[in-house]
Amino acid sequence: MAVVFDKPKALTDVPFHYCPGCTHGIVHRLVAEVIDELGIAGDTVGVASVGCSVFSYNYFDCDMVQAPHGRAPAVATGLKRSLPDNVIFTYQGDGDLAAIGMAETVHAATRGENITVIFINNAIYGMTGGQMAPTSLPGQVTQTTPYGRDTSVAGHPIRVCELLSTLSGTALAQRVTVDSVKNVNIAKKAIKKAFENQINKRGYSIVEVLSTCPTNWGLSPEEALKWLQNNMIPYYPLGVYKDVTAEKEA
Amino acid sequence: MAKITFKENLCKGCGMCVNACPKNILELDKTRLNVKGYHPAVIKDQEKCIGCTSCAIMCPDVVITVER
Ligand code: SF4
Ligand code: SF4
Ligand code: SF4
Repeated sequence: MAVVFDKPKALTDVPFHYCPGCTHGIVHRLVAEVIDELGIAGDTVGVASVGCSVFSYNYFDCDMVQAPHGRAPAVATGLKRSLPDNVIFTYQGDGDLAAIGMAETVHAATRGENITVIFINNAIYGMTGGQMAPTSLPGQVTQTTPYGRDTSVAGHPIRVCELLSTLSGTALAQRVTVDSVKNVNIAKKAIKKAFENQINKRGYSIVEVLSTCPTNWGLSPEEALKWLQNNMIPYYPLGVYKDVTAEKEA
Repeated sequence: MAKITFKENLCKGCGMCVNACPKNILELDKTRLNVKGYHPAVIKDQEKCIGCTSCAIMCPDVVITVER
């Protein structure tokens, strides 16, 4: 018998601190598998953000930098411009990327910074205890919208991939999820493409992963996956919003 | 013939592997707690495992190793 599935080498032995059933862990593993498959662990510098994934610097077995809240794309820009031969990725949640870090995100994308962005959208602030995020759905109950998000007061959720796909510097904008084996495999392919784009100097590549937060949604891990399927996917359709490699091939 | 093993002390008893297994041969062991205080996932019938890796793919804590 041969080992057909094991922990990727690009993950350290530090146990994840994430809540039971939180899909952050799946996405960490996919990023690490891609780093292994591309053989780039020694050349990769990750940028950890602020939020539940702040400790990702303990988990990825490559160089890591911790950015101030929302500033991961700015830190990644500095890293990439000073170390152009290294592979730079950010790992950011929705509070970090789509709220306080929206300016950095939009400008990194429109400048076509040659970086890879892994964006976890779980429609809520996780670490701080379940407040409304820019991506919380209309009517969604959170700590700060106890009667549900009222769009006439709190505005509408931001669809990040759609928004960034309008910018000329964006090379890849793809939304995936990790609710099933099939979708985990699609997510991994997208993450791999986002890293390969950087190696091939194509520009800003973002993979948005619809993810669960069982704790702050107040659901079991299984119920959380169903909630994601029934509520998030209809509002945030999965798919490729921009892919310059496909445009070149076409 | 396939074999799966659990790094049991990393398991958080979330049940994602249990739901992912097409052979329905995984369960949470309600009679025991691991060092983290969770009921760990176990395999009921190793003989029936087809080594499809579904359980390992859905495990958020990289607990499972699959051989076949
Ligand atoms: S609070 Fe939510 S996003 Fe954060 S680790 Fe727990 S389940 Fe995951
Ligand atoms: S490898 Fe497949 S058949 Fe075996 S326990 Fe895991 S999910 Fe079930
Ligand atoms: S998916 Fe992983 S952490 Fe969850 S119960 Fe199964 S082995 Fe344990």
